[in-house]
Amino acid sequence: MRIRPVGAHALLLDLAPDREPARAEVAGRVEAWRAELAHRRDLGELAAVEIVPAATTVLLDGVPEPEETARLIAGWTPRPATAGSTADPVEVPITYDGEDLPVVASHWATNVAAVVDRLTRTEFQVAFCGFAPGFPYLTGLPDALALPRLPTPRSRVPAGSVALAGPYAGIYPSPSPGGWLLVGRTGLVLFDVTADPPSRLTPGTRVRLVPA
Amino acid sequence: MTNEIVVLRAGALTTVQDLGRPGYAHLGVPRSGALDPAALRLANRLVGNPESAAGLEITVTGCALRLTRAATVAVTGAEAEIRVGTRPGDPGRPLSVPAGAVLRIGAARNGVRNWLAVSGGVDVPPVLGSRATDTLSGLGPAPLRDGDRIPLGTPVGPPPPVDLTVGPPPRAELRLAVRLGPRHDWFTPAALDQLFGTAYTVSPVSNRVGARLAGAALPRAVAGELPSEGIVLGAVQVPADGQPLIFLADHPTTGGYPVIGVVADVTPLAQARPGTTVRFHGPQR
Repeated sequence: MRIRPVGAHALLLDLAPDREPARAEVAGRVEAWRAELAHRRDLGELAAVEIVPAATTVLLDGVPEPEETARLIAGWTPRPATAGSTADPVEVPITYDGEDLPVVASHWATNVAAVVDRLTRTEFQVAFCGFAPGFPYLTGLPDALALPRLPTPRSRVPAGSVALAGPYAGIYPSPSPGGWLLVGRTGLVLFDVTADPPSRLTPGTRVRLVPA
Repeated sequence: MTNEIVVLRAGALTTVQDLGRPGYAHLGVPRSGALDPAALRLANRLVGNPESAAGLEITVTGCALRLTRAATVAVTGAEAEIRVGTRPGDPGRPLSVPAGAVLRIGAARNGVRNWLAVSGGVDVPPVLGSRATDTLSGLGPAPLRDGDRIPLGTPVGPPPPVDLTVGPPPRAELRLAVRLGPRHDWFTPAALDQLFGTAYTVSPVSNRVGARLAGAALPRAVAGELPSEGIVLGAVQVPADGQPLIFLADHPTTGGYPVIGVVADVTPLAQARPGTTVRFHGPQR
């Protein structure tokens, strides 16, 4: 781990300091640190307005004393990533009828039924949110099944679309342009500003994409 | 009778803004809020509002509004002609607007944006603790349109007797302090020389998400893609074309291009017109 200063009031915990790609092992380190930092903040041991996990990093923003905080963090060891996630996985009902299923099957050198089976059996975890409010980046697929994006993004992907890109699965909480490969859709509302928290799938949440 | 602002002319872009919605970046929710929070806070103080009250952020071409009840208003930010009915009004001072009178804020003569506070504050329903319009994600109220009626809250107290309202006019050339990192090691030494040694200009495609700059491209030492990582206000991101982009209030929460450095204070960019010269210097100066 390397702690990089970001401006005057933020720190970036770099969990792939040798620029290794966002493989499953790195995602495990990110989740362990996210959970550890959130726990320390709850205990009052860490002051930060934002704790933002991402592919290979955790950003702490709104840190009043970043140098002192960096020294403090350097002395911490995160508990194993599984320690905090004892709750049952959230089951997201999916209709597997995405128009890119054949493309995914071709990349994975298999057929559409086997793709759906693989996605159904995989236990995913929300690695981070980004791109749009409530958009979850789900890890859990083997690194070897990473997929390219569409060469030309679609101008509009409907809300609830379930899609794959790189090592991730994702679910579009709202309609937007998008370049991920579409495998299905869900009617589950992922982002509701009247709910607390507003996101159904927050970082660290385990997820299953079950057939509707 | 309801207490409202009736929008007679919304102008190029007028949005409701307050101090934004921090604390939700881990869910992909941008901070948003006024591009110059100090200017909105000042306008609020001048009319007796809490500094966190919502007001309007007005862009380039001004706007015209009618208030259905009498109110104290204050306008801060760019130099602009202000009229209450036919009477001229000063910026940076409390102005009394009678019920039914038309308040006109003219085009920004210098700079880009104005902030308007109205006693009682703009009282649209808060979304995740903020009334701010987020132009990136669409959270909060839509930008104002002609004919909109915007609810006003109840004034809580009288304006303070005095406040410091004299601010420097926008400068022709901005000098911005930058702290390198977190990804300056993705760039060549020549890129760092260019960042600190050459002038950039503000591009016309700048908006509330970011100020795009045009100038010497910043060459990369590391090829390939940066995995997405968290973004802070003022981050200087360098996309594939090498032209830096400084993130402002509606910035995305994560990004996949390397951030070469972070600007300490982005508020001068709220008034930077396209073509404004920007020079960077290190924080030690």
